[in-house]
Amino acid sequence: MTGYIIKRLLSAIPVIIGLSIIVFAIMALIPGDPALAILGSYATPENVARINRDLGLDRPLYEQYFVWITNLLQGDFGRSFILNRPVIDEIMDRFGATLILAGTSLVLCSIFGILAGVVSAVRQFGWTDRIVTFFVLIGISTPSFWLGLLFILIFAVQWRVLPASGMYSVYGGGDLPDLLRHLVLPSITLAIVATGVIARLTRAAMLEVLRQDFVRTARAKGLAERKVIYKHAFKAAFVSIIPVIGIQAGFVMGGAVYIETVFQWPGIGAMLVNAISTRDILLVQGGVLVVAVSYVLLNLLADVAQALLDPRLKS
Amino acid sequence: MTEALATKPQVSTARLSSWALLLNNRLAAAGLVILGIICLLAILAPLLPIPNPNATNPPNRLQPVFSDGHWLGTDHLGRDILARLIWGTRVSIAVGLSATAIAALVGSLIGLVAGYARGRVDNLLMRGIDMLMAFPYILLALAIVAVLGPSLINALYAIAVVNIPFFARNVRGVTVGLANREFVDAARLSGKSHTAILFTEVLPNVAPVIVITMSTTVGWMILETAGLSFLGLGAQPPQADLGSMLGEGRRLLFNAPHVSIIPGLMIFALVMSINLLGDGVRDVLDPRLRAGDLTRPRSVTNIKRDTIPPKTMQSSDILVVDQLETSFQRGRATIPAVNKVSFSLKKGECMGLIGESGSGKSVTALSLLGLVASPPGVITHGGVYIDGEEVLSKTEHGLRALRGAKVAYVFQDPLTTLHPLFRVGDQIAEAILAHQPLSRDAAHSRAIELMEQVGIRDAKERVSAYPHEMSGGQRQRIGIAMALANDPDIIIADEPTTALDVTVQAKILDLLQDLRRERGLALLLITHDFGVVAQVCDKVAVMKDGEIVESGETKTLLKNPQHSYTKKLIACVPELGQGKAFLETVRPLFAEAKP
Repeated sequence: MTGYIIKRLLSAIPVIIGLSIIVFAIMALIPGDPALAILGSYATPENVARINRDLGLDRPLYEQYFVWITNLLQGDFGRSFILNRPVIDEIMDRFGATLILAGTSLVLCSIFGILAGVVSAVRQFGWTDRIVTFFVLIGISTPSFWLGLLFILIFAVQWRVLPASGMYSVYGGGDLPDLLRHLVLPSITLAIVATGVIARLTRAAMLEVLRQDFVRTARAKGLAERKVIYKHAFKAAFVSIIPVIGIQAGFVMGGAVYIETVFQWPGIGAMLVNAISTRDILLVQGGVLVVAVSYVLLNLLADVAQALLDPRLKS
Repeated sequence: MTEALATKPQVSTARLSSWALLLNNRLAAAGLVILGIICLLAILAPLLPIPNPNATNPPNRLQPVFSDGHWLGTDHLGRDILARLIWGTRVSIAVGLSATAIAALVGSLIGLVAGYARGRVDNLLMRGIDMLMAFPYILLALAIVAVLGPSLINALYAIAVVNIPFFARNVRGVTVGLANREFVDAARLSGKSHTAILFTEVLPNVAPVIVITMSTTVGWMILETAGLSFLGLGAQPPQADLGSMLGEGRRLLFNAPHVSIIPGLMIFALVMSINLLGDGVRDVLDPRLRAGDLTRPRSVTNIKRDTIPPKTMQSSDILVVDQLETSFQRGRATIPAVNKVSFSLKKGECMGLIGESGSGKSVTALSLLGLVASPPGVITHGGVYIDGEEVLSKTEHGLRALRGAKVAYVFQDPLTTLHPLFRVGDQIAEAILAHQPLSRDAAHSRAIELMEQVGIRDAKERVSAYPHEMSGGQRQRIGIAMALANDPDIIIADEPTTALDVTVQAKILDLLQDLRRERGLALLLITHDFGVVAQVCDKVAVMKDGEIVESGETKTLLKNPQHSYTKKLIACVPELGQGKAFLETVRPLFAEAKP
């Protein structure tokens, strides 16, 4: 098992290097001369050349990448010129908030998605199945940013039961119950699409597994239907759902961009949107890279979890 | 005996056309209608009697819904929301479709080339695609917009790029399968260029996959471009799509919620109708779903008998099958698989049920305890008596009490019939615990005993092995140990040796034979091999097209087969050293079949 984990960890390294190259390349492709942007339109050619030399921009791209990645590894992501502070500090401040939001949503969508999918497969073509299928369809067709606004209108404006924005109350609060109250609306909004997707795929996986020969064997043994479905069929289906959850983690982390904006959640997503509007490129670069790498690591975790449950994958 | 033939439904093979199927799907049809209306409104926007969507009228700002002259009210600049909605929908649909077209074009091209060329090109292209997939979906789009700058056209490119991998992967998958097919080889030999083969031979066969992928992604693309506009990274004023309308309205959420709710509803209706239609298209184009194969089989086969047989029967036989009839339902057609099959089995007796694949012998075996997958299976007639009691009249609970206890099954391919994720010992113990009130530990040690009895050496260690860690022969021994778990009176072995090597086959047959003698088991052996029957069975029944065509004592039947089909089956067992002579003797028997 340890061998397998190490192997998977090693295989993530080229992916992360690839990610860093893409992020670097995208930023290097930005049209316009950074030196001109710094000096303004009255710059003399000598000054432009000096700035380029100072920033290392006169060197070939691969050298620039190498310098950039070395700095990254030492925790130097550059400096945000809009916020006037190191990119890494800003990211560190906000990463936790995104992790709390996305993590809660991921847990919610896994639990409810799998439950809904299993129930709907077991009661295939029955009323429960139809209702679940209907809600799943609504879930995956709803723009989450709009749903967030609706939730704010209903729960924060009309009924005044939950806060409309932020992570903690401005006055008082700051404790766990306060955080949880603020977390309810954004995490549910963020989880809804992924819940639909997971429910759909769980239903399909269960139906697929229930047709397998080993399910017939379980029935031929005289096992109760409850055991056939929830032990034999579910375990096999669950193994194939784990990677789906891993992929949904990507959608949840991406969707956080909208939800953080709608609910003014102080996370990386909201930061990215602001940074793009203000063209704070280094901040965008750092934020994208950090989120992308955590996504890769999450998928790695999903792979390991799958191998733990499925002995066939280890050999 | 009542005549059952009269009630038998006609077998029809008529299939519905794709269009009819799509329209038959009520939800898909509803999606099509809604989408049609929305698209029509968007296309006809310049002709509709609506105000200029950009005409501001500040004194008339934030009018509510259903106000005079403004059905849906006005926004913060006094612009008519209905007009802006229709024009915005036009923009959103155009952007979504363009993004889909770009993603489909580029992605499919990459997939086609990678799947057709294979080797290094494939590797390089797909690594690149994997790289794109390694980013969370919308994050990559954000990065691209960050570089190109916020604008609707840049959002379109960004969304197209992040959707390329879906097309590339799906198309490559199908292309790989097609590239080695005969018709592609033929085209290559006829001197066609690779480009010509790709576009005239491969592409038409890949088209359904492209259509399915488009139908599943276009909704996403409309949603995501709207999302980027909502964030202020897509459409810039005065240009407006649904997303930017929603984004502008958000600032007025508390005072005038309709300004943001209405465009959101439109996005929802648009995406929902596309998804409904997309699901319908996928169902039509995916033949697996068309055949209804993905329905959940119930725990007991559907039993819909035209006459209910008597509950008990006086008989010294342990198993009596009387006029059993099992059919498969395909759509509205009912296709009989087992037709009025009758036979009986005494205690300690071994009967062979022989026939070629598709003759209905496995369905017969599974029907005895209602294990035929249903749908599509239905038992339409007859009865099964075990110890004189009719089994198929029992409740699900009563039937389950027999399964694995009095009657146990051994199946064909133990790699697929054992659960891949449970240890073999646990699977045997589970069979014991299903019928006996033992502790877990006791069941576990009993499992080891059983494994030893079926000839597994170092059973104590192998008990915690997974099925994939064992050889085929060992796995089948586990299958037999599981069948013996509750000391059954009858074992039904469905092709127990077909998936095994010849030498292992002989050992497994010997094992079954020994167990039968020691325990006085009745054995129903299903096989297609007369060699096996001759070796172990006391009597034999020959099945063809769902009916028993001949039955009797094995020796008599082998010596003097009556039915021509039996003769063919017997002739099909080659003898050692027979060589070419074997083919010579077999050939005339199959004269009607083309060589």
